[in-house]
Amino acid sequence: MLRDVEARVISNTRLSPDYNVIALAAPEIAEATQPGQFVMVKSARSADPLLRRPFSVFEVLRSNNRVEGLTLLSKRIGVTTKILYDAVAGDRIACLGPLGRPFEIVDPPVEAWMVAGGVGLAPFVTLAEALRPRGVRLTLFYGGRSSTDLFCLDVFEALGVRIVLATEDGSRGELGRITVPLDRELQQAAGSVQLYACGPEPMLAAVARLAAKARRRCEVSVERTMGCGMGGCYSCVVQVHGSDGKAHYVRSCTGGPVFDAGALVWE
Amino acid sequence: MDLDLSVAIKSLTLKNPLIAASGCFGYGVEYREAVNLADLGAVAVKGLFLNEREGHPPPRIIETPAGMLNAIGLQGIGVHRFVQERLPELREAGATVIVNVCGSTIDEYAEVSRVLSDAEGVGALELNISCPNIKEGGIQFGCSLGGTFDVVSAIRKVTELPIIPKLTPNVTSVASFARAAEDAGADAVSLVNTFLAMAIDVESRRPELSNVMGGLSGPAIRPIAVRMVYECRQQVKIPIIGMGGIASARDALEFIIAGANAVQVGTANFTDPFIWSKLLEGIRDYMTRHQIARIADLVGSLQLAVPEHA
Repeated sequence: MLRDVEARVISNTRLSPDYNVIALAAPEIAEATQPGQFVMVKSARSADPLLRRPFSVFEVLRSNNRVEGLTLLSKRIGVTTKILYDAVAGDRIACLGPLGRPFEIVDPPVEAWMVAGGVGLAPFVTLAEALRPRGVRLTLFYGGRSSTDLFCLDVFEALGVRIVLATEDGSRGELGRITVPLDRELQQAAGSVQLYACGPEPMLAAVARLAAKARRRCEVSVERTMGCGMGGCYSCVVQVHGSDGKAHYVRSCTGGPVFDAGALVWE
Repeated sequence: MDLDLSVAIKSLTLKNPLIAASGCFGYGVEYREAVNLADLGAVAVKGLFLNEREGHPPPRIIETPAGMLNAIGLQGIGVHRFVQERLPELREAGATVIVNVCGSTIDEYAEVSRVLSDAEGVGALELNISCPNIKEGGIQFGCSLGGTFDVVSAIRKVTELPIIPKLTPNVTSVASFARAAEDAGADAVSLVNTFLAMAIDVESRRPELSNVMGGLSGPAIRPIAVRMVYECRQQVKIPIIGMGGIASARDALEFIIAGANAVQVGTANFTDPFIWSKLLEGIRDYMTRHQIARIADLVGSLQLAVPEHA
């Protein structure tokens, strides 16, 4: 059920000069969130910025089997992400959700390979948590510019996720883009694999190409400027292939943010 | 205190003056989880042409101080799909439906209006002669007094439904356009649509919107919109539906006191889809506090200072 909560900031962990993980006391939203869904947030104390910004739910916080809230993984880029970076415990953040189309959940023998770039790591903790009890084997392909751009590996290790890393400067994992080891492993994989990808647009396009080449199912979570997150404004459109053979604009807030990679028109 | 919040627009009675603004509320059904659509005065659904429309490439919006620019380009499913797919859902939800009618030609406006007049569950037609983001038709009619008169007259001939031309603020005197609409047989006017505006990324020296220009909405435009409603109130007798940056009950009351019989809320619904019950509660509180039993008695009730004798 959709809710709007003036959530108290439980804690705010700064991971780097840009990245932070902010914990919000929005248990009703956290409990209802499916992997891949998002929330729309803004400061609860200020009308500037006017519009909310979308964030994937990063973690669902539990304590003594009770859901306490959710966390967001944020990278400081604009005004709202700066508010989230600077927030301290006790501040209030307006949080609307859960919203959007979630990831498709798979079962063994299908393996789940999650491909993340930068802040695109966000939707994969809840996905791994949903897949793990079903016995699905999990791999995270995680790429960044440098070792200082890779975060929260311990969360995935604790979930029993096999981790493959790549950095463009070679400071951690394989040298180069994350699509290099992904391509190699896709060619070697014998069993059934479902790909999930979230990150910069060029990475998503590359993963979609590799998935098509290897004939693997692939879902991507896209990020677009959103006005409302509810399907009201038609701002956040992406192009999909229509049944009439033409490209059509579809709202990424209600049609996505998770799309079948093959359905999208890649530039 | 027994409060009467109803608003009459010819044959149509709204249970309260709060209308979800066209272009800001999808086809209404998107918001069913946030608001009981039957609790709204009406839902003005997204503008419809005869056929489906793709709209502009992204980026389609950019936030500006206390507002936003949009150039969506009236992406839409077309009137036939609306009648088949969305209208039954709106009927089931008990919504009072106002359909925003678009056209590239007067014939298209007339044809869309005819289709909607034959459908079950349409309460009124809002004529979109004011969208700043499309090239043909639309605002071309809304920026000429003759064009406004001609479109309204033509639609008057094909429908018994209440007709509400939506006026653009991008003219010298909105009030003269309200007058032209009234003279042509309009049952109400709604105003204002967005202000034609522009924003530039100075680093890249590129426009922020793919369409270069877009329409400004949000609290930034509210004082100008209030002024325009006030001016129109002096010129027409038909109901006025006021809008422009309304984000609170206070803001809605400001428009009503200036002369609006009802109001539309758009951009604020993006920020807070649960805003509707707060707006209604705030208006009720105000009426109780001021001992005003009928919202109609508040319309145009602006108190001007007694002029001093020279």
